[in-house]
Amino acid sequence: MEFAELIKTPRADNVALHRPFHPAVEGTLCLTGHHLIFSSRRQDNAEELWLLHSNIDSIEKRFVGSLGTIIIKCKDLRIIQLDIPGMEECLNIASSIEALSTLDSVTLMYPFFYRPMFEVLEDGWSSFLLEQEFELLSSVTNEWRLSCVNKEFSVCPSYPPVVIVPKCIDDEALRKVALFRHGSRFPVLSYYHKKNGMAMLRSSQPLTGTNGRRCKEDEKLINATLRSGRRGFVIDTRPLNVAQQARAKGGGFEQEVHYPQWRRIHKCIERFNILQESFIKLVEACNDQSHNMDRWLSKLEASNWLTHIKELLTAACLAAQCIDREGASVLVHGSEGTDSTLQVTSLAQIILDPRCRTIRGFEALVVREWLLAGHPFQQRCAQSAYSNSKQKWEAPVFLLFLECVWQIHRQFPCSFEFNEQFLILLFEHAYASQFGTFLGNNENERAKLKLPQKTMSLWSWVNRPEELSRFQNPLYEANSLVIWPSVAPQSLQLWEGVFLRWNRPSKFLEEAEEERINIIKYNKELQAKVNALRRQLAELETGEETREE
Amino acid sequence: QVEQVKLLDRFSTSNKSLTGTLYLTATHLLFIDSSQRETWILHHHIAAVEKLPLTTSGCPLVIQCKNFRIVHFVVPRERDCHDIYNSLLQLSRTAKYEELYAFSYNPKQNESEQVKGWQLIDLAEEYKRMGVPNAYWQLSDANRDYKICETYPRELYVPRTASKPIIVGSSKFRSKGRFPVLSYYHKNKEAAICRCSQPLSGFSARCLEDEHMLQAISKANPSNRYMYVMDTRPKLNAMANRAAGKGYENEDNYSNIRFQFVGIENIHVMRSSLQKLLEVSGTRGLSVNDFLSGLENSGWLRHVKAVLDAAVFLAKAIAVESASVLVHCSDGWDRTSQVCSLGALLLDSYYRTIKGFMVLIEKDWISFGHKFSDRCCQLDGDPKEISPVFTQFLESVWNLTEQFPQAFEYNEAFLLQIHEHVHSCQFGNFLGNCQKEREELKLKEKTYSLWPFLLAEQKKYQNPLYNPAFSPELTLLEPNTVSFNFKFWRNMYHQFDRSMHPRQSMFNLIMNTSEQNKQLEEDIKELEAKIKQRNGQSDVVLVKEQEQTAHPAPVALKTPPCFQKEQLPMPVNDAVRTIEGSNTADNRYSELVSEFSKAEPAVVSLEYGVARMTC
Repeated sequence: MEFAELIKTPRADNVALHRPFHPAVEGTLCLTGHHLIFSSRRQDNAEELWLLHSNIDSIEKRFVGSLGTIIIKCKDLRIIQLDIPGMEECLNIASSIEALSTLDSVTLMYPFFYRPMFEVLEDGWSSFLLEQEFELLSSVTNEWRLSCVNKEFSVCPSYPPVVIVPKCIDDEALRKVALFRHGSRFPVLSYYHKKNGMAMLRSSQPLTGTNGRRCKEDEKLINATLRSGRRGFVIDTRPLNVAQQARAKGGGFEQEVHYPQWRRIHKCIERFNILQESFIKLVEACNDQSHNMDRWLSKLEASNWLTHIKELLTAACLAAQCIDREGASVLVHGSEGTDSTLQVTSLAQIILDPRCRTIRGFEALVVREWLLAGHPFQQRCAQSAYSNSKQKWEAPVFLLFLECVWQIHRQFPCSFEFNEQFLILLFEHAYASQFGTFLGNNENERAKLKLPQKTMSLWSWVNRPEELSRFQNPLYEANSLVIWPSVAPQSLQLWEGVFLRWNRPSKFLEEAEEERINIIKYNKELQAKVNALRRQLAELETGEETREE
Repeated sequence: QVEQVKLLDRFSTSNKSLTGTLYLTATHLLFIDSSQRETWILHHHIAAVEKLPLTTSGCPLVIQCKNFRIVHFVVPRERDCHDIYNSLLQLSRTAKYEELYAFSYNPKQNESEQVKGWQLIDLAEEYKRMGVPNAYWQLSDANRDYKICETYPRELYVPRTASKPIIVGSSKFRSKGRFPVLSYYHKNKEAAICRCSQPLSGFSARCLEDEHMLQAISKANPSNRYMYVMDTRPKLNAMANRAAGKGYENEDNYSNIRFQFVGIENIHVMRSSLQKLLEVSGTRGLSVNDFLSGLENSGWLRHVKAVLDAAVFLAKAIAVESASVLVHCSDGWDRTSQVCSLGALLLDSYYRTIKGFMVLIEKDWISFGHKFSDRCCQLDGDPKEISPVFTQFLESVWNLTEQFPQAFEYNEAFLLQIHEHVHSCQFGNFLGNCQKEREELKLKEKTYSLWPFLLAEQKKYQNPLYNPAFSPELTLLEPNTVSFNFKFWRNMYHQFDRSMHPRQSMFNLIMNTSEQNKQLEEDIKELEAKIKQRNGQSDVVLVKEQEQTAHPAPVALKTPPCFQKEQLPMPVNDAVRTIEGSNTADNRYSELVSEFSKAEPAVVSLEYGVARMTC
């Protein structure tokens, strides 16, 4: 297919661009296969807007006489308006945008066409390999092994080719366990707590069904992570009744009788349409400037978004608490083990592991616990809050995770090497990107699409020193402690950087942030200067002494 | 003195507590725990004491403070508890001004320092700064002996064309004699903010002198022929007042006025609104939705928004239309003070400095007779007179500091500290209800002024991000008052609930770093001077060599002062980098603890049976 077929009017002049809190700009609009490009013709202060078609969530058109207006709502929640003279041009452009923003074949997406203009210093596709992770692990313990049982994705289609499992469990046992777990997602190591040797495992639900099936290998596998005489905790992200209902469909949960050493705790972490609706309601509330206080607060409440945040943080803290405080191993799962499970395990690591609070460590966490672990990004992030499609599989699971990280970041502003912008960047790229990182739903699909060969990795770009400097937190000071956030409603806040980003003038806040950075930078300069002067003075003094001698 | 008293955490779900000794002094309640940490509570800060039913561990005593601290003690013996309870009741309720702490507080200042302290804020100087008296405005001596209005200050500025008979006539037509006077003069726009109380218009009464008075104000502004009259009350309230012979200005009787209601609720609504807010925020194990719906039902943020909206309206009338504005409510000492002072704060950057903010409070709140004593319940009095009007003003200012982080010289700690002392009765400034009362109490001789003390420790109150160039003199601040900008002020209402605040405070870090920068700058000067001195003695070649070796060095200052423990007035955290990692029980996700002790759910044992049958 040629993109040109979809572009009936590639260019329109005298188009007016309206954005909130910016004066309207007049200029030329161009459509290419992957971008909507607007450039003002003003010579002194030319302004250009490049918008990826894949970033467009929905489009509306209106006509007043022959002047057409297109309102574009983006996945990053921005809304822009284009006034296009001429009804035909406007209709053509609108239909082109509509077609180009809803291409159904992955291989037509921009990452397959994008040619980087920068020098690749490090190929991001191989920056974070599970093998490296295992090497680190084997330096502290030999209780685990790297299994290639899933080579060719033959055992579990949504797992990566290699996984870390207890050493005493052989591949044959793993194959049996896979049959006992939903989608074959058998328990694997998610995190090893060096401090006390406790482990966090993740999996999908066991397929106990109504007649209480059991699997000896499964029991053996997870028991292998326990110290003798100690108990472990199963954190089921579903409420008890939901877990019970799942048995009717062949699913279920670990029964006490077969897992006597494990205590089960049920949490209630929402998924799918409940999250998506919550997201849509929140964005709606934030976009309406006319709300009076009562209406705003009741809309905020009705969205339930902050409730989801609190629930998720609570569950993650609980998992962290079991590991760090109770000295117990933990198994986390929900139903499929690809959404709420990953939210909990990755957030628990943010709390427990200082490494995950560095830039590289966080990238590694996203790769390990989301991409390799098989979170279906392509399905979940197909549409954002403005779409009318309402597909069952769309849900802001990853965004919710990022927001929880932001909430912890706010409470521990000096403990993270990255800043808020880094989290926003990941949110944007998960929904629309020139990089292939978030394409596909799991490693299996990525391998089939040959993404590492055909597209550029986000990490290749972001880890270059000149980009990285934008995402560094000037307040960062390595903090090796476990960080326990407060989950009181009074301590949680709306993530303004994402939800109010386009709805309020942010100039003053940005300037203040800049000033903060300047103070820190200036401090470092001054300290260096003082040290240099001190040394100079000391040398002068010793110089004098030697001469006097 | 009572020993073995337990101090409970207000929000913790576990029964963790600190054990220590409770002391009662003449002015304070003091609790020292086993690790020698001290908790001081001023008796004047105590708003309510409550004895809860006896428990197995002892007799619980809950003390609520005016600075929103709530402490929960458990006293082992009931008799002791009862004694403490009775003593606190007596000590926290003062009947006479002379018994207040300010009259016994001695900060070791000599008499001349005391006098100087009171002279620090000079309102005559302030009016001069605004540019009055001038061709249109003059100082009136009409109220020199408090003959016309007891609750106004002696010195008042009025239009030159307003003669004494007009003033007297107008004052008779205004509630409590509070006739229209100047509150703020904008010298660039030649427009004025004036304030007064409601007119005694009833359904049809009019007063020529009052009409003249308004005309005089209008004419004192050469750049605009109309003026605004802002009634800060909801229209319904103002109309109800007409039945009592009061009311609002009839536009037909006053020439060239534009009349406007802005709908701020009265002190009773505000009191119960805050009460509701505190009930919600004080709930243990609060869910997000209960919090948000409680916040909504309390109406508190709606009221704060209404106050700020009114101030924005006022400021725009002056800055954009160059129109003078007359502001009133019922008596003109609550809502009027809020709106006039916030309006001036938006208009004039001087009030965004530390000294300027003190002046603003002295002028619009203290001198114009905001009834601090009644509103803050300094003496045992009518509980219906209590209202958080001033707290609300501070909260509005805080909201502005959040939106304009670089526009204010002072920080949140300054606002909190002022709030603390409005209720502490430790200094004389806020005692009494009006200037006349203060003079009668001889406060300037018998007590000390708060301001010099705040100024002496102003380092703590400085906003490190403040940029004077951000808003040069008389530039208007235009806050965005869309609802989502208003947030719950956690540092005010949970100031003392440590578990709720960020464990690392970005604010403190920036504050300390900026402080350290100043020190480093000095160090550099000193070192450079020393090196210069040395160089005078030694040869030059040597120095050049050294300069080459002096490039970026390993940081020798291993522990810069900003990471040391430093007591800041911020509630957030004493230590910038201390992390309370050790206490999961502080946080509300520790439901786990109770889950451990819970019996196995019944369903599981049922399954047990099922499983066995299938086996």
